[in-house]
Amino acid sequence: MSKRPEHQAPPELFYNEEEARKYTQNSRIIDIQAQMTERCIELLLLPEETSCLLLDIGCGSGLSGAVLEENGHMWMGIDISEAMLDVALEREIEGDLVLADMGQGVPFRAGSFDGAVSVSAVQWLFNADKKSHKPVKRLYQFFSSLYASLSRSARAVFQFYPENESQMELLTSQAMKAGFYGGVVIDYPNSAKAKKFFLVLMTGGSAPLPKALGTESGEESNLQVMYARREASKRARGKPLKNTKAWLLEKKERRRKQGKETRPDTKYTGRKRSGRF
Amino acid sequence: MKLITHNMLTSKCLKGVVTGYPLAISATNIKVTEVDFNPDFIVRIIPKIDWEVFWKAADSIGHSDGLPQTVESKLHDNNDFLKKVHRVLLEVEIDEGHLTCPESGRQFPITKGIPNMLLTEAENKFAMLLKSANDLYHEVFAPMPRQI
Ligand SMILES: C[S@@+](CC[C@H](N)C(=O)[O-])C[C@H]1O[C@@H](n2cnc3c(N)ncnc32)[C@H](O)[C@@H]1O
Repeated sequence: MSKRPEHQAPPELFYNEEEARKYTQNSRIIDIQAQMTERCIELLLLPEETSCLLLDIGCGSGLSGAVLEENGHMWMGIDISEAMLDVALEREIEGDLVLADMGQGVPFRAGSFDGAVSVSAVQWLFNADKKSHKPVKRLYQFFSSLYASLSRSARAVFQFYPENESQMELLTSQAMKAGFYGGVVIDYPNSAKAKKFFLVLMTGGSAPLPKALGTESGEESNLQVMYARREASKRARGKPLKNTKAWLLEKKERRRKQGKETRPDTKYTGRKRSGRF
Repeated sequence: MKLITHNMLTSKCLKGVVTGYPLAISATNIKVTEVDFNPDFIVRIIPKIDWEVFWKAADSIGHSDGLPQTVESKLHDNNDFLKKVHRVLLEVEIDEGHLTCPESGRQFPITKGIPNMLLTEAENKFAMLLKSANDLYHEVFAPMPRQI
């Protein structure tokens, strides 16, 4: 199996002139990117028959942007690779382009976009290409600035290639920390070839995630639902809320059982200390 | 870079910059590319445009002719007005020049119509937060000559 692009070089070097051209001329890639962009648009749930202003994150040479255009939308794209953007210019795309690193934050003012898509790009944020790069911080920085740049109730949908489950958890948790609701939808989870991951993020309150494609009825392929269930079952098991008196008593009981030294419970246990001492 | 993009773009990712908006335009080359006219899109986008910033930007590059300084909703049925907005917002493009951050004075070059908003790690608002304690330790102590 060939090495993942993200492991070979930083994106601005990997997508050099030669790679940018090769990528954009490959008819198989063109088809796949188009299909995945169509699915992203579907998952965005935009108002029908309306042309919207969308942001394409990691827009590259505009393969994804072309599909946004075909669907009647105006778009702006950011990408870190000059070579990819140069090819986009040659292809006379309608979108407007900005050279920027999503990990440094999305450079747009609040409420700019009706929605955002990102096709095959966000997995690059798991890299630490510079000494000062911390993937968790770059992800958070990216998601929080993206959150601000979206208009109310707008969504952002990312097709991406996670390397493992922990990347998926990291991505979801940083997005939630930045204020989004949502999770990962996995289309065709049982097909090695057709399996696709979409992170669906919502700004205005929690709504049910869209159904994945290619799943048997009743089958779960929706990670958000998996995460949510894990939390619900925690609560169902009767775990008290953190830092309450009940929680403290339970913790002390556990320590005693483990044979650790624990102060006896009194009427003061779990009370706020008065500021006097 | 189209003026619609200018209307949304900020330099707020710079360290020490709060809003970074609006960016001042210096254009050495401007071009006009034809874009299909979609009146519905224009009507929908107008409320999202910071009109004062839009008008001043258009004026600063000599394209404010016929563009009202304030916008009223009754204009939404006026096709000539919508066409004018369409032209200035989507067809006029800054091809070469630069943008200037209103707070820090940092310039962002525009080449082949693409503004370069890449920052060095030292300029990025958040990069400093990312430095591990270890990096900081070396920065603070490593430069000191070990004499004693
Ligand atoms: C596989 S290409 C996808 C391009 C386009 N979305 C498409 O569907 O064809 C991935 C793109 O992500 C861009 N990218 C990677 N890391 C990035 C970053 N930190 N900021 C912005 N773009 C980035 C790369 O330069 C590349 O153009």
